[in-house]
Amino acid sequence: MSNAVIAEKRPSTLRGASLPKWSPWAIAAGSVAVAVAVGAGTGLTKVQWGLISGLLFLAATYGIAAKVEGRRQAKDRIATGLVWVAFLVALVPLISLVWVTVVRGIKVLDVYFLTHSMGLVADSQPGGGIYHAIIGSLEQVGLATLIAAPIGVLTAIYLVEYGRGRLAQAVTFFVDVMTGVPSIVAGLFILSLMLIFDMQPFGFAGSMALAILMMPVVVRSTEEMLKLVPNELREASLALGVPKWRTILKVVLPTSIGGITTGIMLAVARIAGETAPVLLLVFGNRFINNNPFEGPQQSLPLYVYQQYAAGNEYAYDRAWAASLALIAFVMILNLVARAIARWKAPKTGR
Amino acid sequence: MAKRIDVSGLTAFYGSHKAIEDISMTVEPRSVTAFIGPSGCGKSTFLRTLNRMHEVTSGGRVEGKVLLDDEDLYGPGIDPVAVRREVGMVFQRPNPFPTMSIFDNVAAGLRLNGGYKKSELGDIVEKSLKGANLWNEVKDRLNKPGSGLSGGQQQRLCIARAIAVEPKVLLMDEPCSALDPISTLAIEDLIGELKERFTIVIVTHNMQQAARVSDRTAFFNLAAVGQPGKLIEIDDTERIFSNPSVQATEDYISGRFG
Repeated sequence: MSNAVIAEKRPSTLRGASLPKWSPWAIAAGSVAVAVAVGAGTGLTKVQWGLISGLLFLAATYGIAAKVEGRRQAKDRIATGLVWVAFLVALVPLISLVWVTVVRGIKVLDVYFLTHSMGLVADSQPGGGIYHAIIGSLEQVGLATLIAAPIGVLTAIYLVEYGRGRLAQAVTFFVDVMTGVPSIVAGLFILSLMLIFDMQPFGFAGSMALAILMMPVVVRSTEEMLKLVPNELREASLALGVPKWRTILKVVLPTSIGGITTGIMLAVARIAGETAPVLLLVFGNRFINNNPFEGPQQSLPLYVYQQYAAGNEYAYDRAWAASLALIAFVMILNLVARAIARWKAPKTGR
Repeated sequence: MAKRIDVSGLTAFYGSHKAIEDISMTVEPRSVTAFIGPSGCGKSTFLRTLNRMHEVTSGGRVEGKVLLDDEDLYGPGIDPVAVRREVGMVFQRPNPFPTMSIFDNVAAGLRLNGGYKKSELGDIVEKSLKGANLWNEVKDRLNKPGSGLSGGQQQRLCIARAIAVEPKVLLMDEPCSALDPISTLAIEDLIGELKERFTIVIVTHNMQQAARVSDRTAFFNLAAVGQPGKLIEIDDTERIFSNPSVQATEDYISGRFG
């Protein structure tokens, strides 16, 4: 009994007033409602509605929390609120981009569109498709990957496992410089070579420019993945009397293969959307050209650019549909990369 | 099978920093030699010079001689990879290869060096796991990843992996410091069995462990932080722990230092 009396006399110092769990939602709903009312009343745009509701939410959160819970909790809540608002702001362009592309692209995107070229259709007519562009993109990007991925991975292995002193520093420096090379410059570089040898545009020329763009990305991501492999594993293998090259091949690479694959796939996704070097070196083609080593080819980003430049309703539809196909291509690559990363990740086995 | 190690005038550097200076000792075959001493006195560095793992660290450099049955490990034309096949090593933290199964972990040394048939591998893996007292615990799940075992089991897996390549000498760098007393006991029992076949050198911070498992004990110390570590004395374990010839050893063992 005496305990209860004491407890009643002394209020807990650990427990303070707190807002109910649903309060952030209520404040958010309230600020959106107010913003919509104000916005609709004064004729503001939807972007402004969003901004107003975001600011209202932060202000209201701080005010209410400071009043009920105290200043420290209010600061905590406002930090959480800022994170959420920033997250939503970041989502807006992403979702609207995908939304617009899907809505406009879905109109003409069908099997016919995917399996026919523009060979017999003028830009001003309906019909036609992107088969030739898909073939071109796949071949150019595939060849670029075949060149850039091995060179990039081997460079990263050199930098992490062997590189010492000035040579390694120089390689790192030039990889950094190459990361910043604009795609048009890579295109011009290959173009200058083609002019020396008096060559006409062809798919593989584009592949070479894309490989230049892809290589530093692969080097960087692979380097980071190799650095993540614990040194203890290398030492364990070396202490078994395994030579260094076998240690790298059989212990270091398998441990990091998931991350390396992801890095390569992301680099592929990056170059799949390049337009400038393709425009310079591959030139574009209305017809199907399966041979990347001779004659101009088409590619998806270049197709989008040319169709949009044609400037009529049918061409716009085709441009959007091709954009949607390009986004889908990149997204599938990403999913494949994630699947490989998960499949190859070191197992915990519990 | 087991080989003798003769070290004379060994000095090891990290870049320009001298980590250990002028160490000479003999490690007898088929015996356990324990290294004790305060942290940073160069026990592990010295251990790593015995199978040329010291030079794997960047800037690692060694002067002096390490004779393995009269052959200088640092002589001209000696292949460090071949040295490490003769002198195996177990590390402080259990480090099984995360991408490999238990079987593959034990077979790793053999398989990565090539030239073994599947059936041979199976026998060697079983023998090594039995040698490491782990066979009964893992025989039903040889294809499961090695990282799924407990810490003590993982360390015994690493010992099995090390003895699978049939080294002549086994170096152990604080093999029990990350393990509980029961796993430690299992490993200490194992060391007692392994010394029938291998020359064993063990670094430990646990004085009782040194007294329990070793035949000879070496005490290392350093004059001050930043100074190179030195071998103070090496003698029969019994003598080191009952009546050492150097005062510093007695102070360290009995807990009176500084």
